[in-house]
Amino acid sequence: MLSRIAGAAGSTLVVGLVGEAAGEPTKTGALAPADPDAFPTVPTWTRQIGAPTGKGYGQPSPHESAVTRRLYPGLTQPITAYSTSPLQDLDGGITPNGLFFERHHAGVPAIDPGKHRLMIHGLVKEPLLLTVDDIRQFPSVSRIHFIECAGNPSFLPPWGKTAAEVAGLVSCAEWTGVSLRTLLEEVGLHPDAKWVIAEGADAAAMTRSIPLEKCLDDTLVVYSQNGERLRPEQGYPLRLVVPGFEGNMNIKWLRRLHVTNAPAYSREETAKYTDLMPDGRARKFSFVMECKSIITQPSGSHQLTRHGAHEIRGIAWSGMGKVERVDVSVDGGATWHKAELQSTVHAKALTAFRAPFPWNGEERVIMSRAIDETGYVQPTLSALEAARGKNSFYHNNAIQPWRIASDGNVTNGRE
Amino acid sequence: MDASRLAVAIACWTLTVTAHAGAYGIGTRPTDAQIAAWNIDVAPDGKALPPGRGTVEQGHAIYDRQCAACHGLDLQGGMGPALAGGVGSLASEKPLKTVGSYWPYATTLFDYIRRTMPLASPQTLSSDELYALVGYVLFRNGIVPAGTTVDAAQVVNVRMPNREGFYLDDRPDTKERPCDEHCLRATKK
Repeated sequence: MLSRIAGAAGSTLVVGLVGEAAGEPTKTGALAPADPDAFPTVPTWTRQIGAPTGKGYGQPSPHESAVTRRLYPGLTQPITAYSTSPLQDLDGGITPNGLFFERHHAGVPAIDPGKHRLMIHGLVKEPLLLTVDDIRQFPSVSRIHFIECAGNPSFLPPWGKTAAEVAGLVSCAEWTGVSLRTLLEEVGLHPDAKWVIAEGADAAAMTRSIPLEKCLDDTLVVYSQNGERLRPEQGYPLRLVVPGFEGNMNIKWLRRLHVTNAPAYSREETAKYTDLMPDGRARKFSFVMECKSIITQPSGSHQLTRHGAHEIRGIAWSGMGKVERVDVSVDGGATWHKAELQSTVHAKALTAFRAPFPWNGEERVIMSRAIDETGYVQPTLSALEAARGKNSFYHNNAIQPWRIASDGNVTNGRE
Repeated sequence: MDASRLAVAIACWTLTVTAHAGAYGIGTRPTDAQIAAWNIDVAPDGKALPPGRGTVEQGHAIYDRQCAACHGLDLQGGMGPALAGGVGSLASEKPLKTVGSYWPYATTLFDYIRRTMPLASPQTLSSDELYALVGYVLFRNGIVPAGTTVDAAQVVNVRMPNREGFYLDDRPDTKERPCDEHCLRATKK
């Protein structure tokens, strides 16, 4: 009994949403007739046999049905659209496949994997046509990497209300596939080869040019995500994973790799995904997603329900390599303390961090700042604006503040 | 093994090796026709542009029928982005990035329309229709005159206003150091 009480009290130590844990049972308990499941009676689910084994594909508890991806605020149609991963409801550094963010330019194609092909051609000694089964026969590689949309978020208000709205276009998974280097060695490269144009089989025939050097480094052609085959919305049956580079280059529904001596200057590397600077010129081929972090608990829309010991939790990542360190501030950026990193930090992967946070009703602005193994420090929004102005749109990796009101309500800390 | 049998053995081994390009010998070699059927990449050199031609006037009719519903009768945008205007706006507070104000190459316009547009039925327009549409969008941006007939040479040679508007990524562009104490005071100095 003592341990149960301690356990129950322990569970309320975590930050909760309004209405959970402490609030509701008291309210309903007072009015309703005897609740057969109310503590400390032995609840129904303990007195009855549970559901049968072997449900074909497991689903989350119906009590978690509010934890979903959401169409990005302001979007009016779902075809050339994006949905965010609910960062404020997730724990740790791996994103569940059904909650991995989406960005599609012409909807999700329904691909028959038996008829899908990957063609490698261009400046190669011998072009190659591969089925999905063929690709699974090459030596396999499993690695954990984040993918982040280049516009996560833009530099302009309205600022997002939740962590999902602020930075929900990032997710992380363990990817399994074949090293692109293996495939390029299989076809044999012509000495003039410098770029690889990757194309998807969707209705956008999404196309991006990737430097050969990156293709021979850590780029993967993957067929699985977190142990199961890719979901349709993540590129089933084949996807390119270009670790640390902007999400758009991680071509989904991959069907063609064209080895060339020059970039294609496709629409997505000229009209889009270029960074407009204050002088009216723009950066091109700005591929790397720089070091970033965000506190996900407590974050916008959360509510602290009691005074005392709390924990700040969040995620950090860098397209340049491993996260070296994360600092947190609970005084609006005046003072910073080192957070604890999840052990085994993977390169170009979401890295969970945690820091103790005593709170006794003070108004607070909390934020996190990540530093990667190259020594790069996550900047403030004003530092980014000083370097790039307000219209560069992409590659915003600014420090994100959250404001905690004296009643425990958490909102976006941007003014 | 005598010398002639050794030579035959080596020849057979060599044949076996050359039959597979790489170490694994997995997959098949696509024919040139199969590659041509899928390869629709058009780079700024325009070498991959197909034969064909179309006039601005033809493009106008195709645009009104196939494109205007999303991009607007005057290319001003709607459900889809604006395709014209914005020249001179890139350094302003409200930049408008369009084909005319921002895109560096007309080959990109041909490539993108062919692979992606119309949104609900991509890769259905003929080469002549594509050249005509490129011509009309360029005309509405004041880049070619009304009487133009557009073909591969025109798409490669047309000078886009913002051709020189891009430079290679030069990040990192913030050089912050990790301050630990009195950081806001330090910023205000």
